[in-house]
Amino acid sequence: MGNSMKINLKVWRQKNQNTTGLFETYSVEASPDMSFLEMFDVLNEQLIEDGKEPVAFDHDCREGICGMCSMVINGRPHGPKQGVTTCQLHMRSFKDGDTVVVEPWRSNAFPVIKDLSVNRGAFDRIIASGGFVSVNTGSAVDANSILIPKDIADTAFEAATCIGCGACVSACKNASAMLFVGAKVTQLSELPQGQAERESRVVAMVNQMDAEGFGACSNTGACAAECPKEIPLSVIANLNREYYKAKLNGK
Amino acid sequence: MKLESKVPQGELSTKWTQYKSSVPLVNPANKRNLNIIVVGTGLAGASAASTLAEMGYKVSAFCFQDSPRRAHSIAAQGGINAAKNYQNDGDSVYRLFYDTIKGGDYRSREANVHRLAEVSTNIIDQCVAQGVPFAREYGGTLSNRSFGGTQVQRTFYAAGQTGQQLLLGAYSALERQIGLGNVKMYARHEMIEVVKVDGKARGIIARNLVTGELERHFGHAVLLCTGGYGNVFYLSTNAMGSNVTAAWKAHKSGALMANPCFTQIHPTCIPVSGHYQSKLTLMSESLRNDGRIWVPKKKDDNRAPNNIPEEERDYYLERRYPAFGNLVPRDIASRAAKERCDAGYGVGPSKMAVYLDFKYNMTEKYGRAEATKRGISNPDDATLVALGKELIEEKYGNLFDMYKQITDEDPYEVPMRIYPAVHYTMGGLWVDYELQTSVPGLYALGEANFSDHGANRLGASALMQGLADGYFVIPYTIGSYLSKEIHTKPIPTDHEAFIEAEKRAKDRINQLMGIQGTRSVESYHRELGKIMWDKCGMARNEKGLKEAIEEIKALREDFYKNVRIPGSVDEFNPELDKAGRVADFLELGELMCHDALNRNESCGGHFREEYQTEEGEAMRNDNDFTCVFAWENKGENNWELHREELNYENIKIQQRSYK
Repeated sequence: MGNSMKINLKVWRQKNQNTTGLFETYSVEASPDMSFLEMFDVLNEQLIEDGKEPVAFDHDCREGICGMCSMVINGRPHGPKQGVTTCQLHMRSFKDGDTVVVEPWRSNAFPVIKDLSVNRGAFDRIIASGGFVSVNTGSAVDANSILIPKDIADTAFEAATCIGCGACVSACKNASAMLFVGAKVTQLSELPQGQAERESRVVAMVNQMDAEGFGACSNTGACAAECPKEIPLSVIANLNREYYKAKLNGK
Repeated sequence: MKLESKVPQGELSTKWTQYKSSVPLVNPANKRNLNIIVVGTGLAGASAASTLAEMGYKVSAFCFQDSPRRAHSIAAQGGINAAKNYQNDGDSVYRLFYDTIKGGDYRSREANVHRLAEVSTNIIDQCVAQGVPFAREYGGTLSNRSFGGTQVQRTFYAAGQTGQQLLLGAYSALERQIGLGNVKMYARHEMIEVVKVDGKARGIIARNLVTGELERHFGHAVLLCTGGYGNVFYLSTNAMGSNVTAAWKAHKSGALMANPCFTQIHPTCIPVSGHYQSKLTLMSESLRNDGRIWVPKKKDDNRAPNNIPEEERDYYLERRYPAFGNLVPRDIASRAAKERCDAGYGVGPSKMAVYLDFKYNMTEKYGRAEATKRGISNPDDATLVALGKELIEEKYGNLFDMYKQITDEDPYEVPMRIYPAVHYTMGGLWVDYELQTSVPGLYALGEANFSDHGANRLGASALMQGLADGYFVIPYTIGSYLSKEIHTKPIPTDHEAFIEAEKRAKDRINQLMGIQGTRSVESYHRELGKIMWDKCGMARNEKGLKEAIEEIKALREDFYKNVRIPGSVDEFNPELDKAGRVADFLELGELMCHDALNRNESCGGHFREEYQTEEGEAMRNDNDFTCVFAWENKGENNWELHREELNYENIKIQQRSYK
């Protein structure tokens, strides 16, 4: 409910990976209680009615947890609010008459599929290179047989809340994936279960990260500032420490 | 058709152990030559795909999302049950089994549920070993909380994002196998046809959602781990992409659909705010550990909730169900909320909401305990709130943030407003004890099958079932089938069965694209959802269901005349993907209404208004309906009903009571 508001949109349109894109301008009637993606639903219904192509964008859970939604809104991944994904951003964060610019994630490692959708397969390949504990089903000991102090469990959990959306990469001027990699390395290096592969893991993941074409970290901190799950910058410091330690040990 | 449940002989508690000891095995050399297709990569799919690959099978996995990590299991909030009895509160495998059967209102299969309770403990061990960071106590042991329909604390959790942590655990195991080359992953692929050769499932036709190409994939067995179909209601807590298509194509290829009308309406969701609404957001059941549900005692009381004094509040769950209070099962809590709102006591702008209030426990339970711990005597109200808030934040912080984000109200200050919403579907593909559908070689796991939750699922049991099926059940039961398939050579995908299945899929897509009418896919979906919610939702009756069937038929006809799908088939085209899914919902919706119409009783989440007690509770008819309804597709929206009788040998069927 609430009042109706008019939003002017400048949206990146790109047919596929092999074509160049351009901004198109649209105008949408929105309501302050709508989510940003619901505003896009309204735009798309309008476009379909007019016989035009709707805007392709990724989204799924619309609860801020699946990590699928991915728009750069007025130059910021997931828009102007701290600690929320695009699907949890509501139109009350904008004013009647605002012009809003919407682009896909910006990074060579995330090629555009169409309009605002990108391919984030690189993240999966980084996890496949080492972001796991090698334990087959059926070989686990009783869950309470290894006690884990609460503060360690909490630190691991905080790092594990990463949703793999890629906002960190998009926010970074170097398109670095160190916040994403640091989060997984921190989770598993904190926990006793992750110790056996601690050194080989970090080296493998960093190698894969480089192979995917992500840039290096220059400690600007934009990643942590834009992370919708507020993963702290300290995971990058931890990633560096873990990496050097592994290298010193000849991994 | 005779339905063989294949429940092993013997005493209930030894069935699974004996089954495991006697089921035929496949030797390692043969496993390498057997291909398994896994569709869906949520908890059931990711755990099955990784485990089967660890065992040596060759696995191909498919998901429609851009990564297997996005499956909707990720959004599960509250927790996962396991009969560990870590709290020393009298829990046991039998009690978890009993609670689940009773919670399901005596409409599930005893042997399946007992097996689920047995393997529940292994799940927690496995997840901890993977590095899943469950909540812990200061001493380093795992922490537990309570969920509805139980009187013990057996729910393990990771703040309000347990599903995320469990799925990332299963996903990491899956990625490990992908890295090792044992699983071939196909993301942004949707299964749109089952391929059968000589009556057995031998593969699938998948559509590459980026290029639009149709692909043929062979498998000695096919596992559907594709979740539930709650989105038939348009508005639900499911993800936007959650759909019935894979299960429905299996159904049309001969797999029976069981109890399709058994839908779970979750009592605590954020109410609808406008017509543009695309989905509903759940507020975890775990909140009912510390939140009390109430409405004003006076009708149309427009005072702000904090201005309504204690004695003018009706804590209706505590009043009606003193033994379980706010932790009654979901079906009961939902109906009670609807009853109050329908009677005119609802709150908020739409009057279709009730309060979920944390103030009492924030101050009296947590605030006071913390004050004692810190040696503060006679703390004032503000101190209690401040101290209690810290603990509430630790337990439910992300849920409170989400609520504030969506509603612009601070639940630490004012009670949440909540209303029931579609959340889970207990019904699904009919499976036997081995999780095999009525098509040999075709299996259904997790929410996609019907087997364990009867007519109502207890909270924190969906994660348990998904992982039980994938990690601990299918790795054994599939051996019973594949041990006989070791001589079957991979069938080339130019076999006529593949060509025919692909042609069916292609014709269907061309038909949809050829309509070029005037209405968007979304508008049809919304209209179908409204019919389903009004007439096959929280309360159903004969007249409404009969009307709904006619309305759905008419809507379906209109869809095939007037839907407009923009773009083309050979490109990334989300509107086309959606059109295929809505077309399937338009058929499923009708079957759900037939199912509800034929089940002349009320049980669990299925509430037929004609069958209720004087107090408004569900009235079962055990003589006629202690059975599963399994529907066989007989072409063009025509179905034949089969029954599987449920035999309760260990539990005495009773009137379900939480009073």
